[in-house]
Amino acid sequence: MELLECKNIYKNFDDKEVLKDVNLKIQKGKIIGLLGKNGTGKSTLIKLINDLLTPTSGEILINGKKPGVESKDIIAYLPERTYLDKEMKVKDAILYFEEFYTNFDKNKAVKLLKDLDLDINTKISKMSKGMQEKLQLILVMSRNAQLYILDEPLGGVDPATRDYILDTILTNFCEGASVIIFTHLIADIERILDEVIFIDKGEIVLTSSADELRNKENASIDEIFRRYFKC
Amino acid sequence: MDFLFDNERPIYIQLVEKLRIEIVSGKLRPGERILSVRELALNLKVNPNTMQKALVELENEGLVYTERTNGKFVTQNDNLIENLKKKMAEEKVNKYLEDMLDLGIDNKEALKYLKEIGGKF
Repeated sequence: MELLECKNIYKNFDDKEVLKDVNLKIQKGKIIGLLGKNGTGKSTLIKLINDLLTPTSGEILINGKKPGVESKDIIAYLPERTYLDKEMKVKDAILYFEEFYTNFDKNKAVKLLKDLDLDINTKISKMSKGMQEKLQLILVMSRNAQLYILDEPLGGVDPATRDYILDTILTNFCEGASVIIFTHLIADIERILDEVIFIDKGEIVLTSSADELRNKENASIDEIFRRYFKC
Repeated sequence: MDFLFDNERPIYIQLVEKLRIEIVSGKLRPGERILSVRELALNLKVNPNTMQKALVELENEGLVYTERTNGKFVTQNDNLIENLKKKMAEEKVNKYLEDMLDLGIDNKEALKYLKEIGGKF
């Protein structure tokens, strides 16, 4: 059984077709890059998988079941923009995750934050943007989930933070779990990807193993992506 | 173990090449136990699946073997390591000679350079 399967997904907003016949199969134990420019349906797809929207037609299955209460335990989702209340302190955010998610590993989160020398009494609003991104990622990766969905985890962070984020993803996803990274910033993440999926104008246009694609095209995924989208 | 990857070539091939060098150079000794796939992957900051693929390739080449319960080890077949070393050295020499030819320097002269400059190392 696939961890995640999207079957013939269509999504319209009024008469605008945002997703067209999207078919996806995500297996266990993989890191997948879902790559597309802004405004190509990435965010809509994420919302569908997270049960924040329903498809116009087609079916999404998570471990064989439709999105719902159960899938919220299976999926750990890192949104592009923070949803943490900035007036909270770090320790409040930890408490919030602990109350909200049964599979949240508090000890893991505390350890990772300690490695960063982050005082849990700090107010989130007083932290740098990079530090806020790290906190959010730590909270999400400290959930013992089966599928991690990360929306632009590298958006607008400096190179050192980027390395930290990649390492944290690699070291913390549970064995047998999968990670889908939705992004248009490819150069920095491509070395950790098993598979790449290109999405363009609401359609999946390419699915391949990352190494096979490099071999075939004699180029980096980033360059293949640029060539494809001529950007 | 910091390692810079070339994103234009398959990562697993680069991992195979790196581990071959470690074996041939003796950094990884014959019969030595290799770190687990996950540890190796985290050290080099690559995906564990990619590391696994590289180790399978090394096993196919006979450079690495698995003991069912104990993990993976470097081969104790010295001939195999020696032959690989020779093959890799030949490739480097051919590359050197080709590069020199590109500069208009023939093999004989290239050898002279090698003796002259190599002697200073």
